Amino acid sequence: MPTTQELIAISPEIILALWALSVMFLDLLIAQSRKSILAYWSLLGLLLAGGAEFSLWGREEILFQGAFVQDNLSLFLDLVLLLATGLSLLMAKGYIKDLEMEHGEYYTLTLFATLGGMLMAGAGDLLIVFLGLEVLSLSLYVLSGFRRTEPMAQEASLKYFLLGAFASGFLLYGIALVFGSTGTTLLGGIAVAITEGGLLGDPLLLLGLGLLGVGLSFKVALVPFHMWTPDVYEGAPTPVAGYMSVVAKAAGFAAALRIFLSAFLQLAGDWTLLLSLLALLTMSGGNIIALAQSNMKRLLAYSSIAHAGYILLGVIALNSWGLSSVLFYLAAYGFMNLGAFAVIVALRDGEREYLALNDYAGLGSRHPLLALSMAIFMLSLAGVPPTAGFLAKFYIFGAAVQAGYGWLAILAVLNSVLAAFYYLRVIVIMYMREPAGQVAKMTHSPALALAIFLAVIGTVQLGLFPAAVVELAQASLFPFLGS
Amino acid sequence: MEAFFWVVAIPATVSAVGVVMMRDTVYSALLLVVHLLAVAVLFVLLNAQLIAAVQVVVYAGAIMVLFLFVIMMLGLGRGEGVKEKLPLQRPVALLFGGAMAILLGVVMSQTTIQPVAGALTPGDVLAMGGNTQVVGRLLFSDYLLAFEVTSILLLVAIIGAVVLAKRRL
Amino acid sequence: MPEDYLPILIYFLIAVGFALAGIATSHLLSFLFVRRRAAKDKLIPYESGMLPQGPARRRFHVQFYLVAVLFILFDIEIVFLFPWAVVFRELQILGLIEMGLFILVLFLGLIYVWKKGALEWE
Repeated sequence: MPTTQELIAISPEIILALWALSVMFLDLLIAQSRKSILAYWSLLGLLLAGGAEFSLWGREEILFQGAFVQDNLSLFLDLVLLLATGLSLLMAKGYIKDLEMEHGEYYTLTLFATLGGMLMAGAGDLLIVFLGLEVLSLSLYVLSGFRRTEPMAQEASLKYFLLGAFASGFLLYGIALVFGSTGTTLLGGIAVAITEGGLLGDPLLLLGLGLLGVGLSFKVALVPFHMWTPDVYEGAPTPVAGYMSVVAKAAGFAAALRIFLSAFLQLAGDWTLLLSLLALLTMSGGNIIALAQSNMKRLLAYSSIAHAGYILLGVIALNSWGLSSVLFYLAAYGFMNLGAFAVIVALRDGEREYLALNDYAGLGSRHPLLALSMAIFMLSLAGVPPTAGFLAKFYIFGAAVQAGYGWLAILAVLNSVLAAFYYLRVIVIMYMREPAGQVAKMTHSPALALAIFLAVIGTVQLGLFPAAVVELAQASLFPFLGS
Repeated sequence: MEAFFWVVAIPATVSAVGVVMMRDTVYSALLLVVHLLAVAVLFVLLNAQLIAAVQVVVYAGAIMVLFLFVIMMLGLGRGEGVKEKLPLQRPVALLFGGAMAILLGVVMSQTTIQPVAGALTPGDVLAMGGNTQVVGRLLFSDYLLAFEVTSILLLVAIIGAVVLAKRRL
Repeated sequence: MPEDYLPILIYFLIAVGFALAGIATSHLLSFLFVRRRAAKDKLIPYESGMLPQGPARRRFHVQFYLVAVLFILFDIEIVFLFPWAVVFRELQILGLIEMGLFILVLFLGLIYVWKKGALEWE
């Protein structure tokens, strides 16, 4: 039976679940013309959940017989998830109205998806990892097909669903094999069983671990499990694509941190080698294909793949520096990537979106503020100082060098140089090329402006004054690594 | 008991192969029912009565109904006019499937699964009232969070089904 | 214990045997007493004496699909009632609250489906 203390410790999740239910209910009562109230209502829920997270800071609570852990690590990741959700809802408000898909379900499913991510971030049991992942994924399958009459959206949803269901199968099979060899699904229990049972080289356990890795790799889109990403980002509504690129990745990495570090730390020798190979493939694959893209959403899709490769470096480094830089990277990535997607959302004429790179020509003179924001996001994604992206890369590559992965860090730097080419090309097009033919228009809305403003502030702030967030990220690790 | 395992396992395997081999999708679906029922019997042999019941109620019942609906909805009837667009996929699938089967076989032969310390033996389960009772007690104590999250998961699936399949929202 | 399922096995064998015996008897009788003639009409599905109109494999409306999916989801809800029902007394009021919460969430789902009109024919 859950005690009052347990219920308080899991209150952010409870608040978010109740809020999603309330949105679902309010949607039934509110007239179609006033649906945008739901956006503000949802944002209020995110704020409340975030406030609950802050009040819990510094505690380490092991809840529900070890199934859920509320420590600083999960709180930090939850805050990143909530922030990204808030930004994407600000982007979505005007967008879904203009594209005639302003249904309350959009907000309900977004909130539930975030809840799933938060469950993954605090999971202490493989079952909770799986259930959180399914709540997140099911919501995203539907959200990516939310423009229901659009063939591209249907394709995106179907592709994501089929491949995602397949990946869930891998994950579940992995869980089953791990359970078969250790007799438990509790992450802490698995570590104990490995020590006590002498399971270090157990083939069944290794195979289970491998399948778990495949399932998670798919969700965070590591090469060679990335095929779905560009098609899904392209077909999904733009705010959803931005949301997925941050929330699904952050939640996937959160679960990976929990699984690999709490349960399989003793097998680190086996999985770091495999993950460093995946990191190399992911960085290079993402960046090389991104070079050839002419569609902004596909470009950002491949760029997000490459970023997952960089983040993986911090997991492989396996020291406290590496892990805190993973957290910092996720926060910085959330701001700059959602910011870039917000600019894409802004660049539309009511229903018509301007997605081709060439549509950005002349943006510098026509909409200087928008172009400036985009330039900041691109510079940050490329890793140019003094932006958040630079420091995030700096920390994570440094951690890799410190852990003895100098070769991987060098390859990552080379990759960043390669990536700078396509990020800077966007800036060149915006400022130095004249538009040919139709001129891309911009749609104003206060909420969208606020989203871009917040993303710019975050990107610059984390680049110039990172100390507070770095300290927060370092503090996030203490109870987790200590245990 | 041992002999009865084979009496059930062989039809289970044969019907599973049949599901893949049949040209007519309705036959495939019906063979799948046979397969699922055979697996349900295997669960009974393992003393997992609850899982066996779930297998019959959810899989052989509800999910097969959905399968047949989809077959009828798409008008798939017989596999006529279906052309493989990727001629290479059969050999490649065989290669990788075979490799996975060999890997699994090697792993299984290398592993001796020992009872984990503290795990319940079939005798214990019987003494505690039986499989379903033990699952019930665990579900509402140790696995309470997972149980409640399941209701959220089902709710998301309900909303998702309505959003994707209903004509007017 | 699996042995307890012997009656079900016997029941199953009798059921299958009954069906097989019926088919076998009918074939045997027709083999003994009837001169067989091939005719197309004999191959038409038996529809209580009516002539079938068109093939049986018609495409279903997509709305059936929504009904089927909702059926499965609520079916899974019911499955969770089994393990709860057998230990209901032991769990006492706590079990009732825990199950109540589970049912409540899905009940809200039912209200949602109802109000959205997903159970009505469009």
